[in-house]
Amino acid sequence: MTTATTTAGPARAATAKPVTMAQALNRALRDALAADPAVHVLGEDVGTLGGVFRVTDGLAKEFGDQRCTDTPLAEAGILGAAVGMAMYGLRPVVEMQFDAFAYPAFEQLVSHVARMRNRTRGALPLPITIRIPYGGGIGGVEHHSDSSEAYYMHTPGLHVLTPATVEDAYGMLRAAIASDDPVVFLEPKRLYWSKAAWPTGEPEPVPPIGRAVVRRPGRTATLVTYGPSLPVCLEAAEAAKEEGWDLGVVDLRSLVPFDEETVAAAVRGTGRAVVVHESSGFAGAGAEIAARITERCFHHLEAPVLRVAGFDIPYPPPMLERHHLPGVDRILDAVGRLQWEEG
Amino acid sequence: MTVLDTPAWRPRTDPAPLLPDAEPYRLLGTPDAARLDDAWLTTLYGQLVRGRRYNQQATALTKQGRLAVYPSSTGQEAAEVAAALALRPEDWLFPSYRDTLSVVARGVDPVEALTLLRGDWHTGYDPRAHRVAPLSTPLATQLPHAVGLAHAARLSGDAIAALAMVGDGGTSEGDFHEALNFAAVWQAPVVFLVQNNGFAISVPLAKQTAAPSIAHKAVGYGMPGRLVDGNDAAAVHEVLAAAVDRARGGGGPTLVEAVTYRIDAHTNADDATRYRDDAEVEAWRAHDPIALLERELTRRGRLDDELRREAADRAEEMAADLRRRMHAEPRLDPMDLFAHVLAEPTPQLREQRALLRAELEAERQS
Ligand SMILES: Cc1ncc(C[n+]2csc(CCOP(=O)(O)OP(=O)(O)O)c2C)c(N)n1
Repeated sequence: MTTATTTAGPARAATAKPVTMAQALNRALRDALAADPAVHVLGEDVGTLGGVFRVTDGLAKEFGDQRCTDTPLAEAGILGAAVGMAMYGLRPVVEMQFDAFAYPAFEQLVSHVARMRNRTRGALPLPITIRIPYGGGIGGVEHHSDSSEAYYMHTPGLHVLTPATVEDAYGMLRAAIASDDPVVFLEPKRLYWSKAAWPTGEPEPVPPIGRAVVRRPGRTATLVTYGPSLPVCLEAAEAAKEEGWDLGVVDLRSLVPFDEETVAAAVRGTGRAVVVHESSGFAGAGAEIAARITERCFHHLEAPVLRVAGFDIPYPPPMLERHHLPGVDRILDAVGRLQWEEG
Repeated sequence: MTVLDTPAWRPRTDPAPLLPDAEPYRLLGTPDAARLDDAWLTTLYGQLVRGRRYNQQATALTKQGRLAVYPSSTGQEAAEVAAALALRPEDWLFPSYRDTLSVVARGVDPVEALTLLRGDWHTGYDPRAHRVAPLSTPLATQLPHAVGLAHAARLSGDAIAALAMVGDGGTSEGDFHEALNFAAVWQAPVVFLVQNNGFAISVPLAKQTAAPSIAHKAVGYGMPGRLVDGNDAAAVHEVLAAAVDRARGGGGPTLVEAVTYRIDAHTNADDATRYRDDAEVEAWRAHDPIALLERELTRRGRLDDELRREAADRAEEMAADLRRRMHAEPRLDPMDLFAHVLAEPTPQLREQRALLRAELEAERQS
């Protein structure tokens, strides 16, 4: 991994006060801009407005509009320009306003960002961070709720990260910006307003990219998840106690690279795994995860690895989205089916 | 003669006739307004009053939780209405997400036009029945569709035109460029209407383009650019109708820039005080599209209490009907998730459909 692990985290606050994920991301950007003059933030409405989710709030004021720039409205242009800026030694952090509005930049991403290091034999690594608010559950109208991680995971040459907690949002974004490789940084929209008392301790070192974390140990089965689905899985694990099930929960944090060790160790401990994500199941992230679990843990498995995912449909209108998103019941039903396999 | 003069390399068109006027074209309040007849101005007035009321009602519905979001076109009613009125029934309209008023002015039921923003279904009307494409949220992506449809109509020998709407911000997207280029190369019967309302959410036009005007961009593609006062309903209608007629008659595409102003915030969820002054908004209120029409009608001695009342009453009827119907719970069927994904569902979709059906059955029984 190419990530620096030395950059300091936020200074200890006098009293820990609740901070939202959006504010933690804002702090990460501010600290990164302050720490390294090569860091430049660019995107639509990131300057004066501070971004539609306020993640870039105050940055243009503090660092000037050359460090935090409102660009013309063109995602291919934003990412293409970031490639050139990175070639010249800058460290661009671009914002795509919403998941589905990153698609115009797809060609730049796949044809250039992801392969520049490879095609130039390492001469032109691209330290670009591409922040994308993603996922549903916020009542957004058409094109505001996509989960596009599988496209990015399937593109060799990219890191794909997605935080699920306030602390991780900070640390992982710092790590993404410090990385010399391009990082697609997927921010779960519906967790933007989630809060944590933070920071609570001494400055944390920026975590290395690519480590999953066990959020909850368990003995009956392991839920493997990431991003917006983590809180749902934790809730399911709580509810499962009523059934007498002790569910473990693994938060992947990084989809690429994929931390097989942590996942395999957790699944070996239970012999049962359910992969949970809200993007469509068919050829989704869960397919890769389930395949790897099967390959690594086959002799420990008591049941096939199951997936609980969004349906294979275009993201539905907000009034119907609750039927699409994997919820506690659907997760517990899957866990129930694992027990059947045992009997 | 040098190689530079050989036909293949010589610029094919004289740019001069393609250039837009230096100032936005206006009719209301100018001597040229004399050729407009009273009945037409009265019609426009009624439509704009209704349009304004529609915007107010839709905004109110967001506060009452009946719409998920509403991008208001308050202040832009002249261009919204003129776009719809410039078309014949057989022509096509390609609206963006801000253009529900245009869609309604074209005759689509307001409740059907608003399902996208209520959130019960994406496109609530039948595009073929109304010759109105779905409201497009990914900016500028509908423009190539308009070109393709117009091209297909021409290949089929049908004398129709397509009118595609986009904002000033949307003109920065690659799809805008590609659509205009295709349209000009193919001489497609399409008209592009850019409503330059000053902002793309918070981003002012100056950060969007360094062109002399958006209308000037037309010249680079080899089509005429027209600059018009977007708040002057008569002027913007005249320019659009001429461009649509020209397109229908085989004269090729036109780019029209209507200069206007977004009086409300980007949507009800936006806080415009973060990026613009009230003074600017007030200055534009003085150039309000309804006020411009009122002044013209007053000059002619045509704006009496009766006309005002009649326009207000019609608008109120529409608003009351919209309010009443939007306060009813929409019919929702979760099984619709699986309708129309593909003509034939995949085996996996069938399985997922069965799963949801079982869940709903269990929910009903508990
Ligand atoms: C491809 C794409 N990128 C970003 C967005 C997010 N977005 C929605 S509206 C908007 C501003 C549009 O401005 P403009 O084109 O001027 O139209 P207006 O809203 O002023 O009518 C942006 C950036 C989008 N809808 N589509």
